[in-house]
Amino acid sequence: MKRLIDIAAPWLLLALLLGVWEAACRMAHIPPYFLPPPSAVAAALVTSAPILAASAAVTFGMALQALAVAFIIGGGLALLVSLSRPAEAAVRPLAVALQVTPVVAIAPLVLIWFGLDHADRAVVALAAAVAVFPLFSGVLTGLNSADPDLERLFDLYGASPWQRLWRLRLPSALPFVLEGVRVAAGLAVIGAVVAEFVSGSGAAQGLAWRLLEAGNRLRTADLLAALVWLTVMGLVLNAIIAAVERAITRRSGRPLAGG
Amino acid sequence: MADQPAPVARLSDAVVRYPARSVGPIDLTVQPGDILAIVGASGAGKSTALRLLAGLERPDQGQALTTPGRTGLVFQAPTLMPWASALDNVALPLDLARIPRVQARDRAAAALAAVGLGDRLDARPHQLSGGMAMRVALARALVDRPALLLLDEPFAALDSVTRRRLIEDLHRLWVEGAPRPAVVFVTHDVDEAVYLAARTVVLDAATGAVAAAVASPGVLPRPAEWRLDPAYRTAVETVAAALAATMEAAT
Repeated sequence: MKRLIDIAAPWLLLALLLGVWEAACRMAHIPPYFLPPPSAVAAALVTSAPILAASAAVTFGMALQALAVAFIIGGGLALLVSLSRPAEAAVRPLAVALQVTPVVAIAPLVLIWFGLDHADRAVVALAAAVAVFPLFSGVLTGLNSADPDLERLFDLYGASPWQRLWRLRLPSALPFVLEGVRVAAGLAVIGAVVAEFVSGSGAAQGLAWRLLEAGNRLRTADLLAALVWLTVMGLVLNAIIAAVERAITRRSGRPLAGG
Repeated sequence: MADQPAPVARLSDAVVRYPARSVGPIDLTVQPGDILAIVGASGAGKSTALRLLAGLERPDQGQALTTPGRTGLVFQAPTLMPWASALDNVALPLDLARIPRVQARDRAAAALAAVGLGDRLDARPHQLSGGMAMRVALARALVDRPALLLLDEPFAALDSVTRRRLIEDLHRLWVEGAPRPAVVFVTHDVDEAVYLAARTVVLDAATGAVAAAVASPGVLPRPAEWRLDPAYRTAVETVAAALAATMEAAT
């Protein structure tokens, strides 16, 4: 019974909020370009479904590409840096500088580099720049998180740097890497949307382009429908990562970071 | 002394300097097949002595003779790789020495069987009790037939029943060893030291130098009833008095 309430509670709250919203729009005669009622948003979701689905696929694809690029660059850099302490000291301030730089601010530069004809590549690059820090940080922290006594044991048995990396540091890093991927995935979606706002999307039109288009035309219901797609996309990405995490955790038979 | 075999490890006037203090000079000779206990107050430098014997630390002054590649080490915690099975954990020293995988697994399985865990080869560390995990650590330390086995308060975190059982296991493994490894273990527990070792070394609480060395009477391994022997009680009291004297002098 308690479980049932736990499952039902968020849905009930959502229904209540939507009901209040619908009633408020109708009774206060709020103009639909200012705030359309949920029923109008639902109608927009149905009529614009094909076009929104196509745009969501574009944004999702760009976010995934950005995540992959960020993983390769951030993870690779962390791996290199972990092998030498001076390298870590040299790279860390730069990585932090990259993290605190607003992605919007470097968009024009990135757009020049990739060419205005390849705005989609610029979006991927910008989203990757946003997502790279948590991956770099997560992998580096993870690689340095091995049990110091196990490190001593590897010293005692004369392990080579490669044996130490492969048999001790990488397995120790796994929970931190997964946590980094989870944070980076959320940032990659945000990065993709913001980058598309700034640089446009060229031939490929993602959800951000739909948001801008609907906003410019005061088609607020379409705008909100695109937002719903964005939220669902974030949830799907989160669920995929959680499933991967569970599979890996079950295989390695241990709790995740901090546990 | 001329017919004495070459020691497996020896510390000669070994001093290690840390930013806040220094430990030593420590003089300690470990002969093949010896069982030696090191007792001392917290922070006296017991673990430093063990790291010197293991070759994990170099003395800033004096000399440390070690047997690289032939030393096993057990920490206070089992220190197993949580992602690996008991078998893979025990095979680690062999894997790192690049011994072929199948051969390494066979030897690791035999080492686990020797500590009574022949039926838990595939268990992950989180599926083992504290005592079992410690046995896995012991099997890992012994799997490559070390000449020197170092134990850093290995039983401190275990309940007294499990602790006694492990001490008896350790004696049995030592007897079965061919040749018998030299064992050096660090402990807080004077009773445990006198029962398990042929000789107990007391480190000075202030300097970490060797303050006293007390031989335990009788022949190793000892039967459990030996704990009731007056000679055992006398040796325990002698070590306890030497330990108390160094701690009083330090305060």
